[in-house]
Amino acid sequence: MPKLMLLGDEALAQGALDAGISGFYGYPGTPSTEIIEYAQKSKQAAENNIHRTWSSNEKTALEAALGMSASGKRAMVTMKHVGLNVAADPLMNSAITGASGGLIIAVADDPSMHSSQNEQDSRYYGNFAMIPVLEPGNQQECYDMAFYGFELSEKYHIPVLLRLTTRLAHSRSGIVTKEPIPQNEMRKPEDMFQFMLLPAIARKKYQHHLELQKDFMRESLNSPFNAYKTEASSKKLGIITTGLAYNYLREAFKGEEIPYPVLKIGQYPLPEKQIHQLYDSCDELLVIEEGMPVVEEQLKGLAFPGLKPIHGRLDGYLPRTGELNPNLVAKAFSLPDTIGRPVPEIVVGRPPALCVGCPHSDTFLSLNEVMAEYGRGHVFSDIGCYTLGFMPPYNSINSCVDMGASITMAKGASDSGLFPAVAVIGDSTFCHSGITGLLDCIYDKANVMIVILDNATTAMTGGQNYTGYGKLEDICLGLGVEKEHIRIFVPLKKNYPEITQIYKEELAYNGVSVVIARRECIQTLKKKNKMETVE
Amino acid sequence: MHSDPKEKEQNGDGRMKKDIILAGVGGQGILTIATILGTAAIKRGMNLKQAEVHGMSQRGGDVQSHLRLSDDPIWSDLIPYGSADMILSVEPLEALRYLPYLKEDGWIISNSTPFKNIPNYPPEEEIYREIKKIPNYVLFDADTLANAQKANRSMNIVVLGAAITHLGFSQEEIEEAIKAIFAPKGEAIVEANLRALLAGIETK
Repeated sequence: MPKLMLLGDEALAQGALDAGISGFYGYPGTPSTEIIEYAQKSKQAAENNIHRTWSSNEKTALEAALGMSASGKRAMVTMKHVGLNVAADPLMNSAITGASGGLIIAVADDPSMHSSQNEQDSRYYGNFAMIPVLEPGNQQECYDMAFYGFELSEKYHIPVLLRLTTRLAHSRSGIVTKEPIPQNEMRKPEDMFQFMLLPAIARKKYQHHLELQKDFMRESLNSPFNAYKTEASSKKLGIITTGLAYNYLREAFKGEEIPYPVLKIGQYPLPEKQIHQLYDSCDELLVIEEGMPVVEEQLKGLAFPGLKPIHGRLDGYLPRTGELNPNLVAKAFSLPDTIGRPVPEIVVGRPPALCVGCPHSDTFLSLNEVMAEYGRGHVFSDIGCYTLGFMPPYNSINSCVDMGASITMAKGASDSGLFPAVAVIGDSTFCHSGITGLLDCIYDKANVMIVILDNATTAMTGGQNYTGYGKLEDICLGLGVEKEHIRIFVPLKKNYPEITQIYKEELAYNGVSVVIARRECIQTLKKKNKMETVE
Repeated sequence: MHSDPKEKEQNGDGRMKKDIILAGVGGQGILTIATILGTAAIKRGMNLKQAEVHGMSQRGGDVQSHLRLSDDPIWSDLIPYGSADMILSVEPLEALRYLPYLKEDGWIISNSTPFKNIPNYPPEEEIYREIKKIPNYVLFDADTLANAQKANRSMNIVVLGAAITHLGFSQEEIEEAIKAIFAPKGEAIVEANLRALLAGIETK
């Protein structure tokens, strides 16, 4: 069979499709977006009527996936690492309820923050929730782990967290597929207590969850994704790699045999027995992991009395932050480093910028005209392309924290006396986490002006649909924004007089105003036009 | 313009391995180049790994792709510093950004037409001077060649054309890949890209 050339994200999606999944749920977020996008384009998914539309946010997505699992079917929820913060509540509690049909929580971390606010490591969440974690090391493992993850989930009735990182999520390689298996039948939960976390029931279930830990440990010991190479010419050093760090190790040694024992981890909890064997048989340990020093801290903190050195990101053998690469790993072994010519001094940075013709550009420039008299520090913003409004020539906004925080931070600032307090939020972000914040504003009759940038898409991640499309005014009206303070304009240069007038009037209103800047994203518009030409 | 065009294509043991940094600005079509080279490599039965940039950088920022082709197993998705066989760039400033990846005798194949979306874009002549410091380079105006072929959107394919002999691929192999990839977009687009490829190949 010919190999399919797939991104790590796509390999996971194809694996899930072949493993009999019934539903993908998720919210777009780099580097996880392509999992669901792949399913949306898949003929196989369409033919089998697999659920694959976007959810409002990661929390609603995880809960829906749990509901599908509770009904006996296999489900996957996808998100980026910071999305798991939004979904932390159902994550922690689904660990206690457990699953019925296989449930995989696929989270893509972004070490080095290529496209994120932080580089948090989802394996901490896995440890926190005490559920098995899978960490693929290559595209083939992404595919295989979909099958394995669903089986593991169904065997112990437990959600399984699958952790990807940018470099694997967005790297392509050949994978070999398996014969697809059919979906599970829908069935009601047999145990009416399973999803009922009343304290008295939850206590028992939590006890059961603790008892499962030894089973998870045994599974890790026997996992096909954990490999312990004991034969070695030197026992001076024992190496632990996680996920794709193993590839960098092999690359650093140029594909030659590694002279030290190597424990390759792809499944957690950590197989303690093998780690103890490695520790006992070697003089020192080196932990190579992509992301935060999760394993290294665990080893240093709990498992050992500190008699032998354990090296890694915490003691400078590897950098404390950022993505790994073959050179960094080679340096940890004092292997000869390679480097080409230096970057010439004339090379300047080329940061991302709003596209030429982007509607946000007009919204910001007209807003600047009105805000000039107040100085900077009044405009709270959010997560999306429009975060680039911080950069010159706009310099329009002064915050980007988490999804929805523009509205609530503007409210808090207004509560403390800041005037004017303005929030700028994208349409998709508003539907993700802005609506509840707006309700807070209305409840308190906060003096805020909220600008919703309605470009009819989730633009930053490449133009995905979102749940509240076409309903923004109705949502605001329904929440209680007064009709005369819901204003709409088309962000175009010729409309600046009208736009600035609207801004001024709504700033002058002592209460909640919502101003909707409505013009389609230039990128999605281009795509549509292209498709029409082709047709 | 550059030294001997025909390179030794293979490792000493006759097995081929090429590590290529594809460089450009978001939206300039470097992933299409990767797809074409990848398709040709797969056809030969080679292994491939291709690390891409998605997300915020695609909004007019600098983007790069690490494309690794090899008859042997490939471990890392990232090319180690100082070991790329080629920097293939659709924009001259971007060709320079990845010099630390290029090995001593590696090639730069670059379009000379700048993409100026930053206020402090350096003078072109200084950029060209830096590129010409590399022993093996091809620097040419791929935009003009593409336009001359009435293939305005195929500048990236012109640049690819200039690279293929250095990568050990034949014209026929790349043409076949282009046909397979662009077929769904219609005959006119396939033809435009084939003309662009040829224009690039004829650049010496």
